[in-house]
Amino acid sequence: MSNASAREFNTVPAGNPGVESPLAWSYRQQKVSSPASAGVVLREKALLGHMVLRGGAIVLDEAVRQVLGMSLPAKPNTITRDEAGERSIQWISPDEWLVIVPGGEEFDLEHRLRESLGDAHFSIVNVSGGQTVLMLAGDHAREVLMKTVSFDVHPSAFPVGKGVTTIFAKATVVLRRASETEWELVIRRSFADYCYRWLLDAASEYGVDSQ
Amino acid sequence: MFYIHCPYCQEYREEEEFHPRGQGHLMRPADPDNATDEEWGDYLFFRDNPRGIHHELWVHSVGCRKFFNITRNTVTYEILETYPMGEQPTITAESEKLRKEQGVQTADGGWQTIGAQPDSRALNEEISS
Amino acid sequence: MTQTNRIDAGGRVDRAQTLEFTFNGQRYQGLKGDTLASALLANGVDIVNRSFKYSRARGIVAAGAEEPNAVVQLGAREETQVPNVRATQQALYKGLVARSTNGWPNVQRDVMSWVGKLGGGFMPPGFYYKTFMAPASMWMTYEKYIRKGAGLGRAPHESDPDIYDHMHHHCDVMVIGAGPAGLAAALSAARAGARVILCDEQEEMGGSLLDTRETLDGVAAARWVEATVKELSGLENVTLLPRTTANGYHDHNFVTLHERRTEHLADTASEAGFAGESRARLHRVRAGQVILASGTHERPLVYANNDLPGNMLAGAVSTYIRRYAVVPGKKLVLSTSNDHAYRAALDWKEAGREIVAIVDARANPDGDLVRQARDSGIRVITGSSVVEARGGQRVTGARVCAIDLERFVVTGKTEELECDTIASSGGYSPVVHLSSHTGTRPQWNEELLGFVPGEVKGMISAGGVAGHYGLDKTLADGERAGREAAQKSGFSEAQITLPATRARRDGPACALYQVPHEKTALRAPKQFVDLQNDVTAAGIELATREGFESIEHVKRYTALGFGTDQGKLGNINGMAIAARCLDRSIPEVGTTVFRPNYTPVTFGAIVGRHCGELFDPKRYTALHQWHVENGAEFEDVGQWKRPWYFPRTVNGKKETMHEAVARECLAVREKVGILDASTLGKIDIQGPDAREFMGRVYTNKWAQLAPGRVRYGLMCKDDGMLMDDGTTSCLADNHFLMTTTTGGAAGVLEWLELWHQTEWPELQVYFNSVTDHWATMTVTGPDARKLLSELTDLDLDKESFKFMDWRDAVVADVPARIFRISFTGELAFEINVQANYALHVWKKLFEHGEKHDLTPYGTETMHVLRAEKGLIIVGQDTDGSVTPEDLGMQWAIGYDKPFPWIGKRALSRPDTVRGDRKQFVGLKPKDPSVVLEEGAQIVFDKEQAIPMAMKGHVTSSYYSPSLGHGFALAVVVEGRDRMGQTVYLPMPDGTVHEAEITSPVFIDPKGERQNV
Ligand SMILES: [Zn+2]
Repeated sequence: MSNASAREFNTVPAGNPGVESPLAWSYRQQKVSSPASAGVVLREKALLGHMVLRGGAIVLDEAVRQVLGMSLPAKPNTITRDEAGERSIQWISPDEWLVIVPGGEEFDLEHRLRESLGDAHFSIVNVSGGQTVLMLAGDHAREVLMKTVSFDVHPSAFPVGKGVTTIFAKATVVLRRASETEWELVIRRSFADYCYRWLLDAASEYGVDSQ
Repeated sequence: MFYIHCPYCQEYREEEEFHPRGQGHLMRPADPDNATDEEWGDYLFFRDNPRGIHHELWVHSVGCRKFFNITRNTVTYEILETYPMGEQPTITAESEKLRKEQGVQTADGGWQTIGAQPDSRALNEEISS
Repeated sequence: MTQTNRIDAGGRVDRAQTLEFTFNGQRYQGLKGDTLASALLANGVDIVNRSFKYSRARGIVAAGAEEPNAVVQLGAREETQVPNVRATQQALYKGLVARSTNGWPNVQRDVMSWVGKLGGGFMPPGFYYKTFMAPASMWMTYEKYIRKGAGLGRAPHESDPDIYDHMHHHCDVMVIGAGPAGLAAALSAARAGARVILCDEQEEMGGSLLDTRETLDGVAAARWVEATVKELSGLENVTLLPRTTANGYHDHNFVTLHERRTEHLADTASEAGFAGESRARLHRVRAGQVILASGTHERPLVYANNDLPGNMLAGAVSTYIRRYAVVPGKKLVLSTSNDHAYRAALDWKEAGREIVAIVDARANPDGDLVRQARDSGIRVITGSSVVEARGGQRVTGARVCAIDLERFVVTGKTEELECDTIASSGGYSPVVHLSSHTGTRPQWNEELLGFVPGEVKGMISAGGVAGHYGLDKTLADGERAGREAAQKSGFSEAQITLPATRARRDGPACALYQVPHEKTALRAPKQFVDLQNDVTAAGIELATREGFESIEHVKRYTALGFGTDQGKLGNINGMAIAARCLDRSIPEVGTTVFRPNYTPVTFGAIVGRHCGELFDPKRYTALHQWHVENGAEFEDVGQWKRPWYFPRTVNGKKETMHEAVARECLAVREKVGILDASTLGKIDIQGPDAREFMGRVYTNKWAQLAPGRVRYGLMCKDDGMLMDDGTTSCLADNHFLMTTTTGGAAGVLEWLELWHQTEWPELQVYFNSVTDHWATMTVTGPDARKLLSELTDLDLDKESFKFMDWRDAVVADVPARIFRISFTGELAFEINVQANYALHVWKKLFEHGEKHDLTPYGTETMHVLRAEKGLIIVGQDTDGSVTPEDLGMQWAIGYDKPFPWIGKRALSRPDTVRGDRKQFVGLKPKDPSVVLEEGAQIVFDKEQAIPMAMKGHVTSSYYSPSLGHGFALAVVVEGRDRMGQTVYLPMPDGTVHEAEITSPVFIDPKGERQNV
């Protein structure tokens, strides 16, 4: 389970003990609404596998091609996705990428990447417990974002496939344009409740479908 | 509120994503153990505070988390260039002085334009209200 | 009451919609489309306020943002009060309630006149300070009444029922002002394809086109406005923001806009039919290009008694007549220095009221409008000016004299004209305020007799503000600005045909600011320069005579251009007077700096949604739910909400904090307790040089730490002062897990990156935050092993799992990493699990913990327990001036490490090695019931005279249930050499505590309990 240079650790239990997404507390606090005509839709993509990949772009690209069958986005602030759209790699900094995969895949992925990368200088960090993804959609999703982030979310400045780390109200977010209609907000566990409350508030004038 | 071009993210971002970390290009003495107390004191405590061109260290803390340098005019607040760690500025107080001597118009310490004649400049130094 | 001044035809008001409103308790009627000001004028209300300093009756002067007098307190109920609203900018709505701001107790009665009389007829600048500051102690008493009398508006005492919000924008071209220049600019830039935002502070876009006499394409100019606004609103790349004031122009083309969203409709957003929506919105715009099309403000002339109700700006008279169908009087005298103002007289005459005369300061005015006035039979008196207004509560006449502009004297004979309104115009001042916010200085233009905006990178000024007067020039300049801005944004030129104007020839204006008077300024009736701040020509003259030569000093001495007014009407006149007195030119005197905000912005809009629950992020751990359900009291640690203590209810009585903490402390020392330590910062460090890097940033040694082991480390800045501490575990040869203090997490990560990126980029190492990924539960106390063994198969034996070891394990079916480290001095296991499983594991621990009397404890108990062990908290026991040496932690300083680590060199500087530094010690109060105050100062001799020589202070202090007495940690000069000595802690109430200097470790000095 471990090699000499770094310690791998599978955080996912073998059995089925109780598991809670970072938004569990918020869901119990906030009324869930699903009005007939909602201008904003909010859904959590809970319990996914989140990994931070650090290293040189060339070696990492080779490894993710081999292991994930996807290329590493080399252009700043861009994302590549697999065909199913379930796995994504996002440029975070010149030596840092965020990999999001279906929950449970992360440990196997880490292991295979480590094998593939061998002696190269890199780091792989599992952060699956530390963040979650909120999906934001609806006719007024962009207005909600304009109330929230100072980054330009106009389609001309934020095309599909773009992703940035930026300020979210008084917290931070990794904001991604998943498709023409959907945004993904990667938020930190400890700030999740604040972000969720903020979004509900910002979206309330348009009607929110929070399931 | 500055609008700062991150040389790593390769786009402009709002100032709130960044932290300033003081004067740029500070050198830690190479051999601290043999540095004199004065040299070490200089390195620790003494900083430039120029009126005009200044090179600063900033970090894109909510973003790529990379440190980089900014050449900034401390009077007009204009950011003249940003460049990654390890690079040297292309615009310096000396290069600006040269440009001016050669007759190139540049911003001059907030007196970009003439609101008051130079001889009464002292009378018109800005006081905060 | 009837609207006596309303005319039957024209205007942009809806005569079918009558709106009731209340002003100063009186009920009135206005029309839809009115502003509060136009409705008051329609009803013949002359006095709208009392002046700030002299308490003189004041009426409406202007029709826009520059209005200095009609500043009102708006709101029907206590919770809807809004201070400092300009009546000229407030749309009338049904049920509007407003009061004069400076009206206490009644605008009609001059209660404040006694103040004015104290200073004689003239209150010199600095009057308040000179008169009321002695004795200084009484100022507080005077001030209350003077402020109430002067009335500066008041905030509501009840919570605001409305919400406010913010919105961020980016655009290619931000056009400020939707008059002719702004509209042409927006159209030109928008058609080219640029992202355009167009804002205008008025109810309707169009600016001067809404009340001009001129036509566009042969029809009323308003028709072109309608068509243009319609086209713009249909374009996807255009955002139109009416009722939106550009209030601040900041660095790098960042503009703040204040949009009033429901304030024109009702008292609150919900009454306006917009429940749940914001009343006002602050837009934060980052623009590629800013087109400043803010137009001009007309300058009034400064003559004696020019503040009597009935004195107005010439342009405002036209606006009220043509836009609001209100004629603000019966008999008009117009006093002017230019042609443009003539339209007031023409409009007045066409409205069917009497125009007594136009008094023109120029000798031979001959422009088209002058001819038109003469042709229509209006009497024009040339080479003259109104030198004094007559009247008490309203203008009853005007005294007209021939004047000599060159010599600044009155010549020739005087003529008294009977009238109730005097309109004046001294020319036009470009509205340069916003450009001035950026720090650039306005430039004097001798031809325009006004300041135009200085150069600002990324700004194009267009139209009137740039000094292009005349409709054809304004439109053309706007179109040019829009085209240039679009081109600079990378768009090609767009086709735009400007509407045709009818050429009008205006003669040159003359420079006239203050009008001369027979008497000196000090003896003549008051000639007001700044109506809002009651600054007179005499005041400025006196200021210059008293030696205030800089216009910035004159401003501060006289209050010229202060406060919410920001010198809109008065600044140029004030400068001109100062220039005359100092015998300089206006550009030599210069202008003062205009600052944001251009007009007042409510605090609500500034705050936006960052209030109440959303004021600041509240960070929660994965176990928060359990803490809430189990009655925890919470403590704010940075943004984190951490359980402070868990009070129990015993015999129907809830424990006090003291009781709960005592119980929790004893539970840990005697049985087993559990703490949610998830907030600790955690940094994953990987790479071949990870170990080398640790050796450079920590003061102690890391070369030998084997996988499976944990070590405590100290981190200093390069000045040798402690900045953070924590344990770091060696996970594998090239892999470490560092913990930081809760508050230090982000700072330490940035610190590591700083050194890696700027000093040692050659080291192969990566740092990543895993603070939120792991939840941390500390199980501690003599029974900790017994409890944990029920939930894991891991061998917990003290020989195979030693103190300062870590192991991978499964706890309650969840993969966990367990660290045998202790912050309590007792046997302790810190269990880390992936946070999504934390609640499950925590609950399982309690299921099994019941029989062990497992006690949850909070931060307060944590503090007591660690202090009993002499363990420091960085930031509480240290303050950025404490070295590891001062703390007595020589064991954690690797002076012989090969690399000169951060902080090392500074530890041998003269200041850090001097003998009389404060050192970390324990304090045992002589009286066991005393708990010393944290921060209390320590002296060695209690008999000495005040000020005593302070030799240290208490850093942490608690009551120890285990010891049965209070104890403290402290820093004391040469403390370690003073063991057993008595020190004194004098308190503000006169008591003096005595304490003995001891070791900081109060319990288990050998550390045996954690090692079992
Ligand atoms: Zn960046």
